[in-house]
Amino acid sequence: MMETKIKKKRKACVNVNECVACGCCAKVCPKGAIRIWKGIAAKVDLEKCVGCGLCARECPASAIGIQEVQI
Amino acid sequence: MKKHWYDYLWIVSLTYLILGFFNILFAWLGLLCFFIPLIISIVGGTKGYCNRYCGRGQLFGLVGGRFGLSRKKDIPKWMKSKWFRYGFLVFFFVMFFQMLWNTYLVFAGMQGLKQVVTLLWTFKLPWHWAYHGTLLHPGVAQFAFGFYSVMLTSTVLGFVTMILFKPRSWCVYCPMGTMTQLICKARA
Repeated sequence: MMETKIKKKRKACVNVNECVACGCCAKVCPKGAIRIWKGIAAKVDLEKCVGCGLCARECPASAIGIQEVQI
Repeated sequence: MKKHWYDYLWIVSLTYLILGFFNILFAWLGLLCFFIPLIISIVGGTKGYCNRYCGRGQLFGLVGGRFGLSRKKDIPKWMKSKWFRYGFLVFFFVMFFQMLWNTYLVFAGMQGLKQVVTLLWTFKLPWHWAYHGTLLHPGVAQFAFGFYSVMLTSTVLGFVTMILFKPRSWCVYCPMGTMTQLICKARA
């Protein structure tokens, strides 16, 4: 019998309303998983993000949270 | 991570601040910090200046981060609200135009040159030792004094919030950052 498993992983999530698009997060990301999209807000590449939380700690607006996401 | 040439632009920002103590006319160079981000956002539609080239942000990041001169606490909610950010931008603009008006008065000969640097829009610091005369009109020097006041004031504010909150807290309410983000939003 096949077992269906829901995988949960920790990923960085950006609060777009609070993001000032300064790019501090992109600078510290060891995986290059976060970018500033069109100068408006940071965008996380969920494929690359390992949920380490470096960006969240760096963000001057504290606009990034680490959340469990289902994949 | 690989370092790029632009990761050292904090040296330029620091040099700029120091030069202002020796010859105020160097303050004119600060216009680069106004025009480059605007051009990048208008032409390129990105905040490339903040993201890569802002030496001031790097300076705060270095002093607050590497040197640890920051509590690394969350910035208060009101400081990152749209109200505060846009309000500060407007306030900054008003103060900037007031400075331009003072420059105009000197150019028009209606007011003498005031060799002071106004810190936090209030405190007039004597700064005559950084002025050795100019071949140009005194108005040129008046603009330099005014512009350096703007730059020094924002640096002081930035350092205070760097210590109290996260290193680059200034980036949250930086008028240039707010303005370029607005331009990018309008373009998108």
